[in-house]
Parts: sequence; structure tokens; C-alpha cells
Amino acid sequence: MSVIVRLPAQLRTLVGGAAEISVEALTVREAITAVEILHPGIASRVLDDQGGLRRFVNVFVADEDVRYLDGLDTVLSAGQTVSLIPAVAGG
Amino acid sequence: MSFATGLICRECHTSYEVAARYTCDECFGPLEVAYDLAAAKGKVTHASIAAGPNSMWRYRDLLPEVGDAPIDLGAGWTPLRRANRLGEILGVKELWLKDDTRNPTGSFKDRVVSVALSAARELGFTTAACASTGNLATSVAAHAASIGWPSVTIIPSDLEKSKIAMTAIFGGTVLGVEGNYDDVNRLCVELVSEHPDWAFANVNLRPFYAEGSKTLAFEIAEQLGWTLPDQVVVPMASGSQFTKVSKGFNELIALGLVDGETPVMFGSQATGCSPIATAHATGEEVFIPQRPNTIARSLAIGNPADGIYVLEKLREQGGDCGSVSDPEILECIELLARTEGIFAETAGGVTIASLRQMIQRGTIDPNKSIVAVISGHGLKTLDAIVDSATVSATIRPTLESAQDALAVQVVSAAQ
Repeated sequence: MSVIVRLPAQLRTLVGGAAEISVEALTVREAITAVEILHPGIASRVLDDQGGLRRFVNVFVADEDVRYLDGLDTVLSAGQTVSLIPAVAGG
Repeated sequence: MSFATGLICRECHTSYEVAARYTCDECFGPLEVAYDLAAAKGKVTHASIAAGPNSMWRYRDLLPEVGDAPIDLGAGWTPLRRANRLGEILGVKELWLKDDTRNPTGSFKDRVVSVALSAARELGFTTAACASTGNLATSVAAHAASIGWPSVTIIPSDLEKSKIAMTAIFGGTVLGVEGNYDDVNRLCVELVSEHPDWAFANVNLRPFYAEGSKTLAFEIAEQLGWTLPDQVVVPMASGSQFTKVSKGFNELIALGLVDGETPVMFGSQATGCSPIATAHATGEEVFIPQRPNTIARSLAIGNPADGIYVLEKLREQGGDCGSVSDPEILECIELLARTEGIFAETAGGVTIASLRQMIQRGTIDPNKSIVAVISGHGLKTLDAIVDSATVSATIRPTLESAQDALAVQVVSAAQ
């Protein structure tokens, strides 16, 4: 199943400048892993040593923070966009 | 001259040159402005500060580099007032109010915007932007207008009418988002990736922006005759004011400009948006984001960027954080107005109600000195009080009618 991973400017240098990458995945975790296989280096920036989300990264699926859903296990539907967003902003 | 040396990651301590970046490339941690305080020691003195202007820019040595002249509408150097009448009611021996309603656009945001946009101009930007709960948008639009920059301010569409009007009047683009502040914030983080040429005060310029809040601490200490208060109470949305006021006190101590201990910091939140207060009360190190529902719209950030650092500081110092209801907020706006003659926006009600709550539960010591920061003017949130704060009576233009009405008023006041 094809989904889109949307990257912030901070990660685009790792993928040759692209803002979005299309991958095959059923969950958020699979989507991040799929991007990592194509462009090594992404996962370590987004995930901590235990494989959880780094505390300064937010992930949104269909405009919803996955921390309100099932976190990295949040199930995706075909064509959905997974947005990786730096957490430390605003206020 | 500024003693700023660059940017440093608060998490992994990676250093960066001064640039419009706000997260660490290594870990996404927040970047802060770093200073050479050792070089500043002995050069930044009580006298050198006193020789500066009567604005926050008297502390420019301890702020980011802003070139020849900052973009300055006159932010800061607001009154620090002894509040004996309110203090007596709350049972506080020595209460001071930092009256930041008295800034050019009516809130403390003028401090942070003056720094952010001045630094942005020095970095070559020509367009101002921000994500805002209202006060920041007003200040960004005003400062941008003053130098002829276009501005793009992005706010929740259902904000108080007065805040929308106060922003739109400056002529920039104001985008009302169908959603809450956290939706606005996320949108702006995405927008900054597409518009890296826009200076988002609280996104790509956030390290510089945040520094402006330190001037609250600098002024409080200087206005107390270069001494430190024992306890400081601030309102909290993202928690940035809390962490930077604390940083400001620490810098003064490091520079030898004041003696003593860092004041114990206390936060204030509305229960309808209290992720930090809730986490602190339950002893959690990490807060759970909350969907805001409170009249204190300026504090309605459900996913506060500095939340974990506030929680860290509260634990370290034995501080506390109030969590107060909307009726308590309204009651304390009135209490502050009627005891001290200061008309505060809802955030001021949150601060005073939280102060009262923390005194009652014994976490704030009423026998030690307390400074409470009143961050914004009441005219900004008229919506919250127009139904209750209204004429005492409507009368005909005759002496009899006036005397009848006054008799009723005097009788009810005596009861």
C-alpha cells in the first residue's frame, strides 16, 4: 500500500532535497523504516535508541498527532500523508 | 556590543553559527543563543546598563546581535509595582507586580518580537511571520509595519475580536485558521520549510525570539535595586517565558550583577489548558498534550514546546504550577483591577488566581518576596468581561433619576 512521507527542511538534505517520498507501508513505523531503506540516516534522526519517537519530533497522520492515535503503530490507509514535524516551535 | 557567540543545542550541546535555525541537525533538540559570559563579566556593569535607554535595549549586551539599531517600538522597562492592597488580601508580605500590560502593543510579546525581528533583519530577512494565539500576531504586525515589512500572521480564526482587530489594523496578511493554536503551530512549521525566506518569529527565529523574555528578569532585578526576589510567578503557554526568565536571573548571577540564589519559579495555567500543571501534579516528567478549552486564549497551547524544561525546573527548585478555572480567572481579573488599578487580560487572571491557589496549598511562601508577571492588557480580552463589567444603572438625564440610582448603588455597596 502506497503512502507519502512528508519531510521538514531539516531532513531534506538526506533525501536529495525532496519534500515528499512515496513508500509502501501499513503503519507509521513501517513508513519510517521504508524511507530509511531508501535513504539511510533518516530513522536515527527521528527515532531514539529504543526505537521510539524522539521527543522533539512530532508525527502527523491526516492532520492528527499520532500521540493522540496509536503512536508509531498507527495504521495508515492508502494514499495518506505521514508528516514529520519538529516539535520545538511556537509559543 | 552583544556577547552572543552562536547557537547551541539544549539537548546534545552541538554548536552552530548564528543563523535562522531552531532545531539541532543531530537530534531535533531546541537551539538556544550562547553567550561568552566570561568575556562579558566586568564589562557589563550596573553603570553600563544604567547608561542605556529606558527600554529593554539597555540590556543589549546580553541579547542577540541586532546591528546598529534594533527594531524598537519601546518595549520593556515597564513598571515593577509594589502591590500592598492585593498583597494584604492574599496574605503576602511583599508582593510586586511586573506590569507588562504597559508595552507598545499591550503585551510582553513586544519584548520577544523586538529581538526576533531585529535579529532577522541582521540575518537578511525582509518578511515577518508567526504562529500566534493573538498577542504575538499583534506585535509582529506592528513591528513589521514600523519598518515597512510585509507580515503574515497566522492565528486560530475564532480568537477574541479585539485581538484580530488589533492585528489586522497594521495592514499585514492575517490568516485565520479553522483550528486551535496547535493546528496553527503545526501549519507554520510546515510553511517555514516552504518559505525559508520568511522570518517566523517563533519558528525559525525562535532561539532569538525567546531571548527577549530574559529582559523581564533583568528589569525585575534592576528595579529591585539589583537584588533578586525569592519567588516569581509567570503565566505559561509554551513555557518559554518561564524558562527564559529563569535563564535571565542565572545570567545576572554569573555576571556578578546580583548576589544570591536564583528565584524559585512558579507557573500558572488555566485548567482548560493545563498540560504542564497536570504533569507536575502527577509527578510525570513528560506532559500529555491537551485540547485547549479555556477563556485564557493567549495561554491555550495544548502541546507546549518548553513543557519538559519547565517540568525539569519545577522539580529541581521545588516550584509549583497553578491550574485555575475560568470563573476563578474572571474573579481575579476583577480582584487585580479593584485592588491595584491594573486591567489585565485573561492571562493576568490566570496568574493571580494561580498565585492565590499556590499560597493556599502552601507551595508559595507568603512570608518571602513574590513577583508576579502581568503579561497583557485587559482591552485585548474584552469579550471575557463585557457581560459582567458594565454600567451600574442606565438613567434619564435628570437629578432625580441620578439620585435614585445612586441611592440604590450606595445601599447595595453598603450590604
